[in-house]
Amino acid sequence: MLLVATAVALIRVRGLLASIMLTSVYGLLSASFFVTMDAVDVAFTEAAVGAGVSPLLLLLTVAIVGRKEAAPLRGRRALLPILLVTVTGALLIVGTFDMPHFGSADAPANHHVAPHYLQQSWDEIGIPNVVTSVLASYRAYDTLGEVLVIFTAGVAVILALAPPGQRGSARPARPSAEEHLGQHTILQVVSKLLIPFMLLFAFYVQFHGEYGPGGGFQAGVIFASGIILYGLLYGLPTVCRVIPPPVVEILAALGVLIYGLTGVISLLGGANYLDYSVLADDPVTAQHIGIIAIELGVGITVAAVIITIYYAFAARLLREED
Amino acid sequence: MMAQWASDICLFIGSFLLLTGAIGFIRFKDFYARIHACGITETLATAFILAGLLLRSDDALPQVKLVLILLFVLFSSPTASHALAKAAWNAGVRPRDSSGKRSIQLPPGER
Repeated sequence: MLLVATAVALIRVRGLLASIMLTSVYGLLSASFFVTMDAVDVAFTEAAVGAGVSPLLLLLTVAIVGRKEAAPLRGRRALLPILLVTVTGALLIVGTFDMPHFGSADAPANHHVAPHYLQQSWDEIGIPNVVTSVLASYRAYDTLGEVLVIFTAGVAVILALAPPGQRGSARPARPSAEEHLGQHTILQVVSKLLIPFMLLFAFYVQFHGEYGPGGGFQAGVIFASGIILYGLLYGLPTVCRVIPPPVVEILAALGVLIYGLTGVISLLGGANYLDYSVLADDPVTAQHIGIIAIELGVGITVAAVIITIYYAFAARLLREED
Repeated sequence: MMAQWASDICLFIGSFLLLTGAIGFIRFKDFYARIHACGITETLATAFILAGLLLRSDDALPQVKLVLILLFVLFSSPTASHALAKAAWNAGVRPRDSSGKRSIQLPPGER
C-alpha cells in the first residue's frame, strides 16, 4: 500500500531531488516488504542498494546535470511511451493472475528443484543459510553471470564517463593541503567514528553470510558505501589517496578472476565447472571452501565496481566544477 | 514480570514520543522547527523503544546487537539532523519567528 503511494508520488513530483528521495523511500519500503515475505537476503541488498547507493549516484548525477526536470513532452511523442508502458504493465498484471498464491503448495517453486535444495542443503553443503548455498553452490553459474554483469556495468560506466585520454575511472590531481577540512567538521568527526565500524560490519556480513543473512553482494555494497561516505565528506582527491583508483579497478577484475578460477580449479580436479566437491577430501568441507572463495570474489568485485562507479561520477563532477 | 512492565512502559513512551514528533513535523511551519520536532524526539524515542526491546529479550546476542544499534542511532541521528540543518542554512533557508517573518537578516550578497 505504502509502496503504491510512494510510486504515485514519484510520478507526480516534479523536482528531481524530491524524486530521488522518494526513490530511496521506495527502496526502504520494498526492503521491509521483502522482510515480511521472509526474503531477508534480498531485503538486505535492497536496503543497501535501493535505499542507499543508487539514490546517492542519482544525487551525484543531479549535481552534474542540474536539478530541474526537462519540460514535459507534449502531444504525439509522449503518447507512444505511455501506450507502451500501459500495455507492458497490463501484461505483467495479467501474468500475475496465472501465478500461484504466495506459499501455495502446488506452485512450481515448490515442485521443481527447490525441494531438493531445501532438504539436501544441510547434508550436502552443511551451512545454515540455504540462500547462500543455493546462490553460491547449486546456482553458482547464475551467480557468476550476475558478477559478470556487475563488472560489465562498472566498465561501461568508466567508458561512458571518462574523458578521452584518461585511463580508468578517476585520476584527480593530488589534493591541495586540507582543502575540505573545516567545511563539515562535525560530520567528519562522526564519520571517522563510524566508518571503521561500517567496514568491520561489511566483513562480518561477508564471512557470516553462510550462517545468517548476507554474503558477498551485501558486504560489497556496505564496504563501498563506507568508502563513498568518506569520499563525500573529505572530497574525491583525498579518498583517491586512501584507495587509489587503479587499485580499485584491478580489484574489480580480481574478484571475477577469483570466482572464475575457483571453477577452473574444480575443473582441474576432474569435476564439473564450479563443482566444489574436489577442493578437499571431505565434500562438505570442500563446499565450504568453494563458497567462501566465490563469496570473496563476489564481495571484492561488487565493492570495487561500486567504488569505481562513484569515482567516475565524482571525477565528472569535479571536472564540471572546474 | 517487572522487566515486562518496564519494557511495556518504555515501548509506550517511545511510541508516544514518535507520535509527538510526527505531529510536530506536520504542524510546525518553519523548517528548523520541523527538524527540531523530529530530530530530538526521534533520537529519544528510538532509544526508549530499543531499551524496551532490550528488556524483552532474554538472550545475550540480540541484546548486544540492540545495544550496538542504539549506539549507532545515538551517533547518526543527531548528526543527520545537524547535516540537514546545515545544508538548509547554506542553501539560504532562514528561521521564521512566530509571526512568520524572517527576523534574521541574510548576510549581504546572499539571496
